[in-house]
Amino acid sequence: MSDIPSTIEGDKLVIAGREFSSRLLVGTGKFESPQMMAAALEASGSELVTMALRRVDLTSPDDSMMNHLNPDRYLLLPNTSGARDAEEAVRLAKMSRAAGGFDWVKLEVTPEPNYLLPDPIETLKAARELVKLGFTVLPYMNADPILAKHLEDAGCATVMPLAAPIGSNRGMKTKDQIGIIIEQAGVPVVVDAGLGAPSHAAEAMEMGADAVLVNTAIAVADDPVRMAEAFKIGTVAGRMAYLAGPGGESRLARASSPLTGFLRTGETS
Amino acid sequence: MTRPSFADRIRGLPMDVLRRRLDDVTEGQAAGAVAAPQITDAMIPALFSRAAQGHLETMARRAAAITERRFGKVINLFAPLYLSNECANICLYCGFSMNVDIPRRSLTTDEVVDEAEHLRRQGFRHLLLVSGEHRGAYSLNAMADAVEALRGRFASVSIEVFPMETPEYRRLETAGVDGLTLYQETYDPDVYARLHTKGPKSRYEYRLHAIEKGGEAGFRTLGIGALLGLSDWRVEATMLAMHARYLAKRFWKSRIAISFPRVNPHEGDYTPEHAVSDAELVQMIVAMRLLLPDAELVLSTRERAALRDHLVGLGITRMSAGSKTNPGGYKVEQSSLKQFDISDERTPEQVAAMIESRGFEPVWKDFDPTFLHGPL
Repeated sequence: MSDIPSTIEGDKLVIAGREFSSRLLVGTGKFESPQMMAAALEASGSELVTMALRRVDLTSPDDSMMNHLNPDRYLLLPNTSGARDAEEAVRLAKMSRAAGGFDWVKLEVTPEPNYLLPDPIETLKAARELVKLGFTVLPYMNADPILAKHLEDAGCATVMPLAAPIGSNRGMKTKDQIGIIIEQAGVPVVVDAGLGAPSHAAEAMEMGADAVLVNTAIAVADDPVRMAEAFKIGTVAGRMAYLAGPGGESRLARASSPLTGFLRTGETS
Repeated sequence: MTRPSFADRIRGLPMDVLRRRLDDVTEGQAAGAVAAPQITDAMIPALFSRAAQGHLETMARRAAAITERRFGKVINLFAPLYLSNECANICLYCGFSMNVDIPRRSLTTDEVVDEAEHLRRQGFRHLLLVSGEHRGAYSLNAMADAVEALRGRFASVSIEVFPMETPEYRRLETAGVDGLTLYQETYDPDVYARLHTKGPKSRYEYRLHAIEKGGEAGFRTLGIGALLGLSDWRVEATMLAMHARYLAKRFWKSRIAISFPRVNPHEGDYTPEHAVSDAELVQMIVAMRLLLPDAELVLSTRERAALRDHLVGLGITRMSAGSKTNPGGYKVEQSSLKQFDISDERTPEQVAAMIESRGFEPVWKDFDPTFLHGPL
């Protein structure tokens, strides 16, 4: 393992009053084995891990995924992946609270099974209901700044706009919209879905995202453990750059001896 | 406004025109389709053509990459549970055909639960209830009772039974069924008429319509397939892909599943007129993956163990294991007559171990009944 830190001293991600040192959230689907998943999670340095309720049996002590997720080490964040409307998502969250004692939920309402794009109307409806029921709600959403404000007003703990469709590994396709969300957000912005490479994670973090969530890019890599570590580094690098205050982008080269420098040195006076 | 059904869409498409289109695909067209980032409907025949055979390896690599990205390194496992072998049809290729002289048996609800419990103990959480097509012998009421009796024991229950009307499907959906599988057997109306000589199943368009009625009833998975061997597979595959794309557009909340059953020996004496080779089956599967990146592709124990092993990761996302195709075959009455012969006779544990050894996770649960109903 490298000695590159997975965290930055004094820099904490705070969600609903809870502090996290790592700004990389990791999903648990698509791995070739629960052992590989556990090893990749460890290498990622993540402290917040999502799992699909449809994949686990919370009533079974033998559930292979649950047995590989150490609740002392990670805050487990059940997700409602597969829910087609608000009613189903709310029902699933209630089940996870009743069967597993979970009060945090990653809200996913994706009525269309191919691109798995989130339904804005049903997501907002479910978010309102779940907040009313006392859940800490982290909603997966399209990169729509107005929807982000509505979800924030509904009492969500974060907003989680997508960079690109789930599992697409296509990177920051919604960058401009995410920029507006970051600018306007009063809750942490977690860029979720579509990040396919550590450079994508770094790009999101440099822009000022509070965290990123990655699953497919790690799970289906040839070496998921190494890829998890690479994402850890990418996330930290992006965050550091953000904290360092990047120089900003310009189409023109910025000469180190500017042509108008004479105006400041007083040569014309 | 009523939408045109798939049957409406294809009524003006003679099979020989399609066959000619497949024959006329050039090397260049095949190569273009294999490499195309977006495969249009017009390119469908190119991928299933003879001209594409030379690109099998390229197609396989693309199919494996798409499947891995979309589904991950996992294979979902399910088991079929045969409810009844009684049937009101004569189908020349089928072991349950009403003219075949075999002892007939329909399970009681208690027996269904016994069989299901056996499968549950083996690890299965996804169940496919299968029945011969006889409304009188194994009725909608019996099915709804069985599904209700299974509630709470399985994560997912699908059906593969006689075609029904939307309200009937809706009743089963309410009882707890989340998936519908219905094979057209063959999309060629002439071949269909020749092979289905008697009974309600002889109505080609009625059968083709039923999956749309299931879509209207809200099933989350709509499974289709052609029985490979009855007719030219390239034509069947082209029709299947068109059918899948039609269903995906119209029932946009449902996932499409496609199965690849090849005719196996059974109790009758039908010899497939258009046998499909292993290489052709693989072409059909990997091309289907390129055409339908998000569809579940299903492989049963009709296929040999060695072939199944190699298809893990090659487009297939769902497999049955340890299957019995006779009602009561797991526990209640193991000697009753089966619909077709199983080729992969390994136990579910052995199949799961094989999947692991190939670097994939065998997944037993990938749904939750809470989606459909639950404590509110």
